[in-house]
Amino acid sequence: MKYLSEYRDGTVARGLIARIHATATRRWTLMEVCGGQTHTIVRQGLDELTESAVEMIHGPGCPVCVTPLEQIDKALALASRPDVIFTSFGDMLRVPGSECDLLQVRARGGNVRVVYSPLDALELAIRTPDRQVVFFAVGFETTAPANAMAVWRARQLGVSNFSVLVSHVTVPPAMTALLDSPDNRVQAFLAAGHVCSVMGWTEYEPIAARYRVPIIVTGFEPIDILEGMLLAVRQLEAGRYEVENQYVRSVRREGTRPAQDLVRQVFRLTDRQWRGIGAIPQSGLALREEYADFDAEVRFGLEALTVQEPPECRAGDVLRGNLKPPQCPAFGNRCTPEHPLGAPMVSSEGACAAYYNYARFRAPAATEH
Amino acid sequence: MTSLRIDSPACPLPLTDSERVQLGHGSGGKLSAALLRERLLPHFANPYLAQLGDGAVLPIGGTHIVVSTDTFVVNPLEFPGGNIGMLAVHGTLNDVAMMGARPMYLTAGLVLEEGLALETLDRVVAAMARAADQAGIPLVAGDTKVVERGKADGLYINTTGIGLLEPDFRPAPDRARPGDLILTSGPIGRHGMAIMAVREGLAFQTTIESDTANLAPLVERLRQAAGSGVAVLRDPTRGGLASTLNEIAQAAQVGMALEETALPVPADVAAACEMLGLDPLYVANEGVLVAMVRPEQADQALAALREHPLGREAAVIGRVVPDHAGYVVLRTVVGGTRVVDMLPGDQLPRIC
Repeated sequence: MKYLSEYRDGTVARGLIARIHATATRRWTLMEVCGGQTHTIVRQGLDELTESAVEMIHGPGCPVCVTPLEQIDKALALASRPDVIFTSFGDMLRVPGSECDLLQVRARGGNVRVVYSPLDALELAIRTPDRQVVFFAVGFETTAPANAMAVWRARQLGVSNFSVLVSHVTVPPAMTALLDSPDNRVQAFLAAGHVCSVMGWTEYEPIAARYRVPIIVTGFEPIDILEGMLLAVRQLEAGRYEVENQYVRSVRREGTRPAQDLVRQVFRLTDRQWRGIGAIPQSGLALREEYADFDAEVRFGLEALTVQEPPECRAGDVLRGNLKPPQCPAFGNRCTPEHPLGAPMVSSEGACAAYYNYARFRAPAATEH
Repeated sequence: MTSLRIDSPACPLPLTDSERVQLGHGSGGKLSAALLRERLLPHFANPYLAQLGDGAVLPIGGTHIVVSTDTFVVNPLEFPGGNIGMLAVHGTLNDVAMMGARPMYLTAGLVLEEGLALETLDRVVAAMARAADQAGIPLVAGDTKVVERGKADGLYINTTGIGLLEPDFRPAPDRARPGDLILTSGPIGRHGMAIMAVREGLAFQTTIESDTANLAPLVERLRQAAGSGVAVLRDPTRGGLASTLNEIAQAAQVGMALEETALPVPADVAAACEMLGLDPLYVANEGVLVAMVRPEQADQALAALREHPLGREAAVIGRVVPDHAGYVVLRTVVGGTRVVDMLPGDQLPRIC
């Protein structure tokens, strides 16, 4: 509870905002990598409050948003099978596939269940041996260790009716891809604190050096993000480009070794499609050969699908930080949380949902209090 | 479930979302509103139903009564702080009370699933009786049906409440107007999080108990203290405080400005919500009322609420404003602003 009040203190926040303004001699462009940070920023109005000193552009770090349409369609197909109990984090249930979403499959009779941990899915498999239990293993380095643990334990225990549909991605290759892009505007990154609590930040050091870009490992509360912004602005003003850790209460340079070891034991690096962005080499995780029995795509003989994104959805531009959600012509009219064209409008970490839910309407009345 | 093709690039179940009822249709959010507006109300149009309050105001003889009905399908049947029987009594009494009426009588219909333990039934019914007794309301008619195992989820209860309208006391959502203060009678989010913690078998220890309670005594105090100065009364159950405030903002075509620092979110509710990625503003309450009170009467109203044990933590959380009609806007702890919208369906826990 300490973390909730201490890092949301209005007085401290106002002090940081004043220091950001006092430090910046020009307007800098920062990208927060993680969708959780995007939501804090838009929800708390931090972008408004720092507008003249920094432009915040929102990064691709929403696991739901970047899960490729092909994997969503595979999930829908699996969830529709009468012999399958399909388990997923709740976030994935409303993400539109080519024709429908998991909630609609459930309404039609598919057995779709929300779990809070892949280990709950494994337990479900043990309890219901007459059904195939599939877990939708999505996410960044934050969810990879628990998902690896579930597969590792399933193998240890010989649970033959448990498998995972994997769509894991990793952050550093996406940052590099953004920096390599000719239309890149990012001058500094706020890196995702939770990813770094697992992975540490050594892999960001070569990126900072090579691209001369400050990278601040940052937490998720308003005070964390404002501190991250301040550290980034200080580096930019001083012409420094280092990896700096704002999130000291959770992150060490080397990260959490046992978690990394487990991930490496179960997963290997692979090329991966990012929804809206495209293929990024060596940016994803796939199950290693010795765990292939637990790969749902292998078990159910799923083959590659040809999919077509809705042409009107500009999620790719949003995820690359080239388009603010309200600038999208479909935003708020043809694309809403009830009738989303793309994943960023439904995910709790999606940038479009953040703007739709919190900032569609910014009222002068409420600021002049 | 035949002819499902797993190699199909398209959705194996190509259905538009209007063809089947989804759980979200029962969440109290936008889907629920659409179901009501498009599929139910057109069949039953009449001036009493058209009021769309928590209950209907009906002229009988020289007076007005209020009738309200509600069906309870909560799972689990028993949860920290109460059970479905207690909830079925409180929920309906509260709906009657929110209309500004004094609850008088209650009826109940029970749907029992074959196989339900009689012990459970006994506990539920005893709690129902106790709740009705404590409120001083007799249960005057009832009905019981049993359905085959698998055709229901243990036990469902429908209750109907009848109340007598007090003269000169007609709180209604469309009476909110700029300047009114927005009051809550107590901490929010406890019922929903108590249920969530049990239902999801959450791996954290929680002591959150449902706030289920009869709110009629609070309403009576408000009536005596502030009378017609009480413009709106609602109990923010399903969909939470956010959904209720949005409904009022739309009904009265006014804006609402909330202060995040003033929101009464208990520490344990905040922590549980944080863990699950839920927003306490959308979590159900069963023992909290929200009132919009004219500024001249607001102090008396607040004092009256605080005199009662249920209202000890009553607070002013914001005010009704002329700007941004139909929208609820929150000033955040750090001084930014955000819209507090209605949810399209159920809140879904996040990934990380």
